[in-house]
Amino acid sequence: MQEHSFSLAQPAPVLTPWRQKVALALGALGVLLLLITWAAGRAIAPIPVLLASFGLMSAGVWLFVREEYLKHPAGIRNNGTWFRSLTARGVWGWALGVLITGFYVCLYWFPQYLRGLVELFTPLSQALRARAADQWFVYGTLYTLAVLLMGIKFFFKYRHNAYQRIRTVSVVFFQLWFAWLLPGLLVRLQQPEIYFSYFWPLSYYQGTPMAYQGYQKSDLGLFYFFFGLAMFFIGTPVLTYFFGKRWYCSWVCGCGGLAETAGDPFRHLSDKSLRAWQVERWLIYSVLLFAVAMTVLLWVNVATGRSVLQQFSELFYKAYAFLIGAAFSGVVGVGFYPLLGSRVWCRFGCPMAAWLGIWQRKKSRFRITTNGGQCISCGNCSAYCEMGIDVRAYAQRGEDIVRASCVGCGICSAVCPRGVLRLEA
Amino acid sequence: MRIIIIGNGVAGITAARNIRKRSDHAILIISDETDYFFSRTALMYAYMGHLRPQDLKPYEDWFWAKNRIELLRARVVEVDFEGKTLRTSEGRTLLYDRLILATGSKPNKFGWPGQDLDGVQGLYHWQDLENMERHSAGLQRAVIVGGGLIGIEMAEMFHSRGIPVTFLVREPSFWNNVLPAEESDMINRHLREHGIDLRLNTELREILPDTRGKCRAVITSHGEEIPCGFVGLTAGVSPNVDFLRNTPLEIGRGIRVDEYLQTNLPDVYAIGDCAELRQPRPGRRPIEAVWYSARAMGETVAHTVCGDLTPYDPGIWFNSAKFFDIEYQVYGDVPPTLSPEVETLYWEHPNGRKSIRINYDRLTGAVLGFNLMGIRYRHNVCDQWLRQGTPIEAVLESLGTANFDPEFYPQHESELVALYNRQTGRMLRLKRRRGVGWWIGG
Repeated sequence: MQEHSFSLAQPAPVLTPWRQKVALALGALGVLLLLITWAAGRAIAPIPVLLASFGLMSAGVWLFVREEYLKHPAGIRNNGTWFRSLTARGVWGWALGVLITGFYVCLYWFPQYLRGLVELFTPLSQALRARAADQWFVYGTLYTLAVLLMGIKFFFKYRHNAYQRIRTVSVVFFQLWFAWLLPGLLVRLQQPEIYFSYFWPLSYYQGTPMAYQGYQKSDLGLFYFFFGLAMFFIGTPVLTYFFGKRWYCSWVCGCGGLAETAGDPFRHLSDKSLRAWQVERWLIYSVLLFAVAMTVLLWVNVATGRSVLQQFSELFYKAYAFLIGAAFSGVVGVGFYPLLGSRVWCRFGCPMAAWLGIWQRKKSRFRITTNGGQCISCGNCSAYCEMGIDVRAYAQRGEDIVRASCVGCGICSAVCPRGVLRLEA
Repeated sequence: MRIIIIGNGVAGITAARNIRKRSDHAILIISDETDYFFSRTALMYAYMGHLRPQDLKPYEDWFWAKNRIELLRARVVEVDFEGKTLRTSEGRTLLYDRLILATGSKPNKFGWPGQDLDGVQGLYHWQDLENMERHSAGLQRAVIVGGGLIGIEMAEMFHSRGIPVTFLVREPSFWNNVLPAEESDMINRHLREHGIDLRLNTELREILPDTRGKCRAVITSHGEEIPCGFVGLTAGVSPNVDFLRNTPLEIGRGIRVDEYLQTNLPDVYAIGDCAELRQPRPGRRPIEAVWYSARAMGETVAHTVCGDLTPYDPGIWFNSAKFFDIEYQVYGDVPPTLSPEVETLYWEHPNGRKSIRINYDRLTGAVLGFNLMGIRYRHNVCDQWLRQGTPIEAVLESLGTANFDPEFYPQHESELVALYNRQTGRMLRLKRRRGVGWWIGG
């Protein structure tokens, strides 16, 4: 068999028009201001610099939206996705991956190196929370900004698609309000810093006895603890039955929110092979088991008066926090966006996604239906599935798609050139 | 039993898969084009950078060995139908018990001066895509000749790379030998909205060479010279059967087959683009170079080859395409011009990018066809209405059940019913509307 079969002789790179280049440069300049402050280790004139940085990033995004989308008729615009260095694992893609990974490594294990950024964000933190910033505020703010700005980009990219518009407004709203403004305001009001859009087991701490001790000091904290329990045992099965796991994963969740917005340019990088699916099934349910075992051990330890398991259960918790909470969900999950796609964590690691997936697979009205014999096996659906589902394998056989991992983003249906796929519940 | 299939397009591959499902026969697929099956209809997406070349393969490479389907990359140069052998360009001789010809098409050339110059080509084979790629670097303008599906795809491909396109269409409106006037005009407008230089009523007269034998310009039927570094010839395709001529095999435009897809020779079958039905069903053409027909023939011939003699039933006609951003679906019979006994109900969105057309019998009211632009309808619902000849009014009342657009999309079925009421003075109401999911509407 000839090696060169299925390779184009000269994969010609698509030239990015100069206005788009200006837009990207403006955004990069905004990021550069942050990088300089990060490297300098201290912030000079934090208010103007932060305003300038956010302003440049916003201007860059808006200019890009105008040039790339609004100046053309609305429709699927994936031209050059596999030619561009940033979105095809080229030099820029790797550079971005290294940058994000480096940021996460500092965030989790070397926060002292983020001092410059913490200083830079302190005025904003004062304004919102009436207290100085820490690395988590820096992280939360940048995260929310990414969801917001890239959410705007996504919104206009798919402005012809009502499902995508509404879903994007939802996912940006949940991040902005429930994962940034509200927790900030709660801190200002001397209340526990609660993120209502996350709960156990994704927020693995929320279900632990340590968390409970903290929460029981206030009504709101207690409410959140039991709200989380209710969401796990009742909310998830009921909502997933009616809507599929998308009610959470692509409409509410912050991890999903980042993947759907900032991660959208990388969604096609997910691995579609059968092998990847096999790894996925082993890995994700192992993490769910790990999370359950970790939490149960902690509670057993408390129930037995800390006599039997003392150090072991906490060691187990620390291992989970390090391996899954930080390394998997953060460093790999987001840092590797430009290399492995935007849903690595959601697909291979998230215990909440595993739990939702079990219900979606076994007991849900949600499915993706295929339209008779209209499939032409083109492969756009599979390529742009961020969860790496080989959608085409089902569509070309005219079969409904019922998969535990499907987050219901609806992009397969959007990119299909023959109108074959429809999300239904 | 040893079955050889010539051609690894959708017809041949579907035949192989279905033979494997129902038997243990040895299967060998020979292709000169690529090592593996790929989606021909998706070639454009590889050029546009939506997909990588390997993404065009519908099955992973391990699939073939696992299903004991042998693949051979070779060109068949000669078939000895009496000795049941064939010879490849490398001189190998292969024996078969049953032979399935699925050799596909080749782009039409109508004897234009300069049609064989470098930079002049159609788009059908993988190699055509490679050549397009080769000619794209530094290309200042492409001229495309022929207002059909491949022509508009080629226009979209060049347009995606910012290469200006001049599109010569012989007819007074795009693809108006298939599309009714309103839909055809919608595509004219859409092409121009995208900045395509659309020249209607314009034919190619001549392609001019430069000093190195590459095309440098075309001259149109109006005598205008348009400089260009590439000319796309997309005036249809015809069966790729030249290597089989002058054999006992009966060939017209394509390989002649009966309703069981059998040729005039025993144990030899032809399917897909290269097959010409001796007696097509009423209203259908003898050669249908369409993905869906090829796939259906592949499935049918598998039954017959495995001993279960099965006639090819093309079913109710359907097809689909995408013209830049406007999706197109057709179910049933929607001719470009109406015969007196057919009534048409045509609704178009004020934005001019969506439409629904339903044709029905003026006397009985039975629906005859659906044409959708920018709106998705359910294949099986339309198919059932068409098979049963459901009256237009019954269809209109439950039209919502046919809607296949994504959730939250505006639904226009009630506008269609209102239009019908205005035109006929009837007072129909839409009974079945598709809910926005089950939770709103129902």
